[in-house]
Amino acid sequence: MKIQNKIIVAVMALFLSRNALAKLSVFACEPEWAALAQELGGDKLKITSATSGLQDPHHIQARPSLLARARRADLLVCTGAELEIGWLPVLLQKTGNPKIQPGQPGYFMATDFVKLLEAPTKLDRSEGDIHAAGNPHIQTDPRRIGEVAKTLAQRLQQIDPDHASDYASRYADFDQRWRAAISRWQKQAEPLRGKSIIVQHKSWVYLEHWLGLTEAATLEVKPGVPATTSHLAQLLGMTKTSPVYAIIYAAYQNPRSAKWLAGKSGLPAVKLPFTVGGTKQATDLFGLFDDTIARLTGAGK
Amino acid sequence: MRKHLLLAALPAALVLPSAVFAADDVATLKKELDQLKQDYQQRIEALEKRIEASEQKSVAASATPAQKANSFNPALSLVLNGRVSTYSRSPDDYALTGFALGEEAGLEKEGFSLGESEITLAANTDQHWRGQMTLSLADNNGETSSSVEEAFIETLGLGHGLTVRAGRFFSGIGYLNGKHAHAWNFSDAPLVYRGLFGNQIKQDGLRLSWLPPTDQYIELGAEIGNGQSFPAGGSHSDIGDWAVFAKTGGDIGVSHSWQLGLSHYQADDIVGREAATHSFSGDSKLNGIDVVYKWAPNGNPQDKALTLLAEYFRRDENGSVDIEETGSSSLDGNQDGWYAEGIFKFKRHWRAGLRYDQLNSNNSGDNSEILTEAGLLADGFNPHRASAMLEWSPSEFSRIRVQYNRDNSLPETDNQGSVQYTQALGSHGAHQY
Repeated sequence: MKIQNKIIVAVMALFLSRNALAKLSVFACEPEWAALAQELGGDKLKITSATSGLQDPHHIQARPSLLARARRADLLVCTGAELEIGWLPVLLQKTGNPKIQPGQPGYFMATDFVKLLEAPTKLDRSEGDIHAAGNPHIQTDPRRIGEVAKTLAQRLQQIDPDHASDYASRYADFDQRWRAAISRWQKQAEPLRGKSIIVQHKSWVYLEHWLGLTEAATLEVKPGVPATTSHLAQLLGMTKTSPVYAIIYAAYQNPRSAKWLAGKSGLPAVKLPFTVGGTKQATDLFGLFDDTIARLTGAGK
Repeated sequence: MRKHLLLAALPAALVLPSAVFAADDVATLKKELDQLKQDYQQRIEALEKRIEASEQKSVAASATPAQKANSFNPALSLVLNGRVSTYSRSPDDYALTGFALGEEAGLEKEGFSLGESEITLAANTDQHWRGQMTLSLADNNGETSSSVEEAFIETLGLGHGLTVRAGRFFSGIGYLNGKHAHAWNFSDAPLVYRGLFGNQIKQDGLRLSWLPPTDQYIELGAEIGNGQSFPAGGSHSDIGDWAVFAKTGGDIGVSHSWQLGLSHYQADDIVGREAATHSFSGDSKLNGIDVVYKWAPNGNPQDKALTLLAEYFRRDENGSVDIEETGSSSLDGNQDGWYAEGIFKFKRHWRAGLRYDQLNSNNSGDNSEILTEAGLLADGFNPHRASAMLEWSPSEFSRIRVQYNRDNSLPETDNQGSVQYTQALGSHGAHQY
């Protein structure tokens, strides 16, 4: 009897300790949110990212492996604003995971917590692949990442109260380092203020807004509609009459149009990481902006 | 002298006080200036703080969304279909040797024809359910016929990987069966779907699916239905057909992914399943396997992608075949078929595909005259078909497809050509794997 009791206690203890040790499973839709979760949760979290830095988050498929991962997630951290509309709803419907359904604490859409730019006044598919809520590519502005971090840290504390103090202190530490890094980046990017750039896709509005860059044109005819030769010829004409600093494209994008225009106009075509993992240097969120600023300022030299 | 003194004193008097004054003034001015400086410093600091705060504010979210009466309307999407078809044989004479065709399983009419237009409405009902309905509108010789393709409710996050669906839905067996026809890679159903499923198996009933908490994707599903539609049929007061399926899949590196599925479908006590020439009563059992492989460089299917897909099904039917006012025969039917297709996206917006279909049947019974009249005796002929297609999709929402089939559903070859448009208007549906 006594031995039985001891066994029961031991088994219960094992379960309890297992519970306390169990890591919160985070399903990030994009690598920047996986990296942010890593900053805020560290070893308390088991993090997986649905896309890599070299994938276009608009257009991946709801693959079986993603279903298996979403099935076990405690927290979904995605961009929102319809960026993942082509595949995320399938994961939510097919997995039937109650923790990550809309409205639950485990459903975290970063764009719900920052101000979005470029909310279209006219919603019509003839305008290309537009997002009704506004431009979703918020991760190119570190101030917005800072805002998301604040809310995500609160959300982690809410979902995993056992480690609330860890999350709080990790956030405080991250916030301090992040603010310092932002002022450093702003200083480094000072020479870029007022410069005019041509971008491949409207992926960079938040970066432009942050650093005071002006978007002269996009290589795409309309959002999601690739460049045509006539459109590129028109852009080439434009670069002859008004000064353009550089042509910007994301690491995951096909650089052909950007390189063509660069070759013809003599302007530098600059590949930016766009997200964590986009370039070798962009290993985490700090590396992402270190590399972005370095590549941008380096373009003028 | 006094005058002189006075004169001398005057400038001094004029200067001296002012000199005293000046010293005083400089000090005050300096003080005031310092004060001012300090004041401005403070003001500048305050302003800087305000700017910083407002900058923070400008990146933080603000207003809650405006509430409108239609805010909760279901997502609406409309699929428009149309085509022009040519055949070297008359499509009215179409038959599939050794197989009974279900209601929807014929050929599109020759010349211009309006395909099925689909209207889909979907939304979350509340925190427990979501609902979806697809209405299909088609034109049959000037008369509009509408049918409920799908209408179901489904649980949202029941937990433990479980999902329950109730209503009318496409059965989860096979790979293509669960998808709407406009999401298929060719403009017609594989012959094995046409011959064994009547194009596509629908269930009016209940489905339970379960994803176990494994690293490897596994999905197990079970369905029960009223057995109203092909390959079941007739009326049932209880369960008319049922199905079970299992799927698994995963990634190989970042560029490759796959899925494998096994299915079983069964309808017992079918009473009077109608086909063009006869009716069937008895039991129908079906087993199948499907495999899909997809390649997308770095996981980006935008510019280049490859899909390879193959499915095999085998059906055993036992019962009787009746032809009105003629007679009846027993039937021991063994039918199977497969298809394989490869779709290559060779540049953005462009895809090309090849498909090969083959069917085999071995049907026997006690009255071969009846079976011959019912078109169920193949005499060793195996229907087969080779297809090629090319499609252009300038966006996710529109597609124009050209397709050619060399069709041997019957021993005489039919050369079939079609040009088809498909456009999806309205809300952006997510795509299944």
